[in-house]
Amino acid sequence: MSTVKEELKLNHLRQLEAESIHIMREVAAEFKNPVMLYSVGKDSSVMLHLARKAFHPAPLPFPLMHIDTGYKFPEMYEFRDQMVKDLGAKLLISRDEDAIANDMNPFKYGTDKCCALLKTGALLSGIEKHGFDAAFGGARREEEKSRAKERVYSIRDEFGQWDPKNQRPELWNLYNSEINEGESIRVFPLSNWTEVDIWEYIKYEDIPIVPIYYAQEREVVNRSGVIIPIDRSSPHTSPREGEETFMLKCRFRSLGCMPCTGAVPSEVTDIDGIIEEAKLARKSERENRVIDLGSDSSMEDKKKEGYF
Amino acid sequence: MQGFSMEEFDILKFTTVGSVDDGKSTLIGRLLYDSKGIFEDQLAAVAKTSNKKGFESDEGIDFALLTDGLAAEREQGITIDVAYRYFNTPKRKFIIADTPGHEQYTRNMVTGASTAHLTIILIDARKGILDQSRRHALISTLLGIPNFVIAVNKMDLVDYSEEVFNNIVADFKELMSKLELGAANFSFVPISALKGDNVVNKGANTPWYNGPTILEILEGVDVQSSLTEKKFRMPVQYVIRTDNAETQDYRGFAGQISSGTVKVGDELISLPSGMKSKVKAITSYGGDQEQAIAKQSVSLVLEDEIDTSRGDMLSKLDEAAELVKEFDANICWMSEDKFEPRKKYLLKHTSNKIKAMGTDINYRLDINNYEKQDATELGLNDIANVKFKLLKPIAADSYQENRNTGGFILIDELTNNTVAAGMIS
Repeated sequence: MSTVKEELKLNHLRQLEAESIHIMREVAAEFKNPVMLYSVGKDSSVMLHLARKAFHPAPLPFPLMHIDTGYKFPEMYEFRDQMVKDLGAKLLISRDEDAIANDMNPFKYGTDKCCALLKTGALLSGIEKHGFDAAFGGARREEEKSRAKERVYSIRDEFGQWDPKNQRPELWNLYNSEINEGESIRVFPLSNWTEVDIWEYIKYEDIPIVPIYYAQEREVVNRSGVIIPIDRSSPHTSPREGEETFMLKCRFRSLGCMPCTGAVPSEVTDIDGIIEEAKLARKSERENRVIDLGSDSSMEDKKKEGYF
Repeated sequence: MQGFSMEEFDILKFTTVGSVDDGKSTLIGRLLYDSKGIFEDQLAAVAKTSNKKGFESDEGIDFALLTDGLAAEREQGITIDVAYRYFNTPKRKFIIADTPGHEQYTRNMVTGASTAHLTIILIDARKGILDQSRRHALISTLLGIPNFVIAVNKMDLVDYSEEVFNNIVADFKELMSKLELGAANFSFVPISALKGDNVVNKGANTPWYNGPTILEILEGVDVQSSLTEKKFRMPVQYVIRTDNAETQDYRGFAGQISSGTVKVGDELISLPSGMKSKVKAITSYGGDQEQAIAKQSVSLVLEDEIDTSRGDMLSKLDEAAELVKEFDANICWMSEDKFEPRKKYLLKHTSNKIKAMGTDINYRLDINNYEKQDATELGLNDIANVKFKLLKPIAADSYQENRNTGGFILIDELTNNTVAAGMIS
C-alpha cells in the first residue's frame, strides 16, 4: 500500500502540465490581446489541450492563429479544420498572399528566404494586423540549441526581432509582462517539455494528432540523404527533374512544410511505438528539418528575424 | 490517468555555477555524453567544430560547444546566457541550467539558479575559490537552494592531489560559516570534467576519495520537497467565469498552489480582503477532484460569492499568510542603472503587481568576505539587504519559509526591465 506522501506526488507530466497552465493563465490575465499560434503539429496539439484545461469549463479566452505557407501536408489542413470545428475555437489564418501568388518556393529562392517570407513574414503581419500583444508558441528548449537559450517570456521589438544577448532576467515563476507600445511578447509554455514528454502526454491524455505521425506507405524521394514526401497535386511537392521516386513505409517525427520535412523509415502505427522510437532515438527530432541544416546558427538567425 | 502504466519520474532541476573557465559547460557536456543524453547529429556537429579547434579531451570533443547555443558564445568561447538541457537516467529526469560565469552576466546566472533544487559550484583546483565562486555561492545561498555540490574541477592538472582538494574544501567551509543564512546539504567532489573522473564514472585517479560521483548525488538527492507539508497558499491568478446550461454561472478561482494541500470543505480566507468561505469544489478538466496539492494548477469554487480576484492570496483560516506593507528583503541588483532609495518600482509578488520603494539600504554584502557594509546606492550585481515600503499590503511569507510566497521581482517602470530579485527576510 502506498503511503500518503506517495499519493501526494506529482509525476513529471503532471508537474510540466501545472507549469504550462500557470504560464497560460498569467498571459491571459496580464495581456490585453493574446493569441495562440497553432501549427497543427504534436506540440501544438499538446499546447491546445493544456489551454483547454487551463480555462475549463470556460472556452479559450484567445483565438488560434495558423501561419499557413500553403506547403503544409493535406492531412494537416484536414486535421486543423476538424479540430477547430470540434472545439468551437476561433481560428485565424495568416498567409503571405503576395509571396504565394509570386510562387515563392525553397528551390528557386532557398529555404532561408522562403521561410522568411512565408513563415516569419506571415507571422509578423498576422500579429500586427490583429494587434496581438502576446503570442503563445509551442517551441521547446530541448529542440535546438538556440531555443535552449530562450526565456519563457521572450520580448520582441517593433520589428518582431529577438535580441538574444539582452534577455530579461526571469526569476522563479514571476514573469515580467511589461512592454511598450508596439512591442510584443512570445510565450513558450512548453519550454521544459522534451519530445518524449510530449508523446507520453499525448498517450496519457488521449490527445488527437495528425495521422502522418504514424507510419504509412508513401511515395518519397531521396534528396541529399533526406527522405522528402511527394504529392503530385502541386508542382513544388512533385519530383524535380531527373529525380526517381520510390515507395517507403515511413512516418514524420516533426511536421513542417512538405518540401522541407524529411520522413523516417518506420513500421510504427501506434502511440506506444512512437514513444519507444523517441526513447531509442539517437538523433534529434529536427534532424530531418531541411531548414535547420543551413548553417550552425540557422535557427538563431531565423529567430532574431522574428521566427518562433 | 488511472490504469495507465508508465514509468513515473520526479524532476531534479539543477544549475552549474562558478567562475569563467572553471568548466561548467564542459561538466554538463560530460554528464550528457557519459549518460548518453546527446543525440548523434548534435554530437557530430560539435565534433566537427572541435576538430577545427584541435580540442584535446580524450574523446576529442569540446563539450562546451554542446551548451553554448548562441553564435556569439561559440565565437567568443564564453557562455553569455543560461542554456537549458534535458536528460534522464533510469532514476529521474533532469533539467540543467548551465549559467554564465562572467560577472557581467550574473543576472543570467540568477535566472538559472532561481528554481534549482541543487547547485553545482565549480572550482578550478589550480586557482581555488575566486570572486565569482564567492558571489555565486552567496547568491545560491540567498536563493535558498537546498543542495550544494562543490565540484573541485581540473584535478588532472594538479596530479589528483588530495591535499589540494582538502585545502579547497576547508576554505569553502570557512567561507560559508560566515553566512547566517542557509541550511543546505553540502557535498564535495574532486573531478575532472575533461577526463571524466567522478562525474558519471568513478575514476581510478582518486583512490583517496570514497564519496559518490556527481551523477550519484544528482540521482540520490531528495526532491520530494516539503512543499506539501507547508501551510496552504494559493495566489489567485485568474477568475474563470462562464455561464451556460452546463456550467450554471460558474466562477472558479484559478491558480497554482504554492504550498500545502486543500480539500473540499476547507475553510479559506482571502487576503487582503479578509473574506472567508469554504471550498465547494475543485474543478479540473477530467472531472472534479476531492483534494489538490502544492504545484498543481487548479480552480477552486467557493461556497459564497466573495470578492476575490487576481492578486489575492487564499490560505486556510487557521494558518493565514501575513499581510505586510513594510519589510526587509535581500536583493540581487541586476541593472546597470543604480538602485536609488525612495525611487518607485513595480514589485511583482505571486500574481500581484504593486508600487514599491526601497526606503533604506540596511547593508550591502562584501562579496569577498560576506561582511556587511554601509551603502547609499547599489550597482550592477550588488547584493544587499533593503527596507521596503509598499503602496498596499501583500500577503506574504518569509522566503526562508516559502520560496513561492517570499520571492519578488522589481521592475523599472521606465525601461520595463526586471532590475532586482528580492527575498523577503
